[in-house]
Amino acid sequence: MRATVLVRPKPGILDPQGEAVGSALGHLGFEVRDARVGKVIDLEVEAADAAAAQAQVEQMCEQLLANPLIESYEVEIVG
Amino acid sequence: MITYPGSQDDRDALWALGALDAEAISVWHEEHELPDLDAVVIPGGFSYGDYLRCGAIARFSPATAAVCELADAGGLVLGICNGFQVLCEAGLLPGALLRNESLRFVCRDVPLTVERSDLAFTRRCRLKQRLVLPVKHGDGRYLPPPDLDPSQVVLRYLENPNGSVENIAGVCNEAGNVMGLMPHPEHAVDPLLGSDDGALLLASLVDAARDRVLAAY
Repeated sequence: MRATVLVRPKPGILDPQGEAVGSALGHLGFEVRDARVGKVIDLEVEAADAAAAQAQVEQMCEQLLANPLIESYEVEIVG
Repeated sequence: MITYPGSQDDRDALWALGALDAEAISVWHEEHELPDLDAVVIPGGFSYGDYLRCGAIARFSPATAAVCELADAGGLVLGICNGFQVLCEAGLLPGALLRNESLRFVCRDVPLTVERSDLAFTRRCRLKQRLVLPVKHGDGRYLPPPDLDPSQVVLRYLENPNGSVENIAGVCNEAGNVMGLMPHPEHAVDPLLGSDDGALLLASLVDAARDRVLAAY
């Protein structure tokens, strides 16, 4: 089963990468009020069904893929 | 000294500790059991290429698990730079280290103040003593957890090089037997290198480890 994990810097955490990207977009003429940079992790996991895959990938996020102090995560089971 | 794939300051730290009369050895990260040690230093570098987050993968090395056991039993553990990041990721120290506010890799000497002089790592220092140590990192912005006890702050920057909250450069755990810092004491043990203030911290650790050995007899 394929899963996609989105990891984001938590609201309130200073994201200098996002600021740099936002300012670069500004230089290109885009009006960007805010930009935040996170990461995408695509996984292929062994699971009986989508619910089992979801539970498994959430555990992965808690234990490794995201640092709960600074990052939030979202799991999407693609199927 | 724990050496991970990507560690790069382990040899300097071994040399510095040797110069301070410690018998320092390198332990490869795949070792499940540590030899008979009086203290552990986790050196700087880029363990596992800093993949995912700095220090996040090194946490799973067998030697890191052994270090956690040692720390839980009260053993002395010092993490320098990447070693600090590993200790935060392993949960031995509070907080996290993020990308520098400037997005630039900083490599220069910075002045610091000593906020705790009663620890195994700082006993040769005076409270509020000014130290000059080099920093060299891209991900050194310390973010404490909301409930960090201020007494766990061991070192503060006088000139903040990375945007660390409250100018925090080094912290310890609640028990005071585990410490991490971003500056590099092992690169500052001889006036020829610009500063020998790092020797105060490392010699403190050597003294404390030696005292513990003597106390055990």
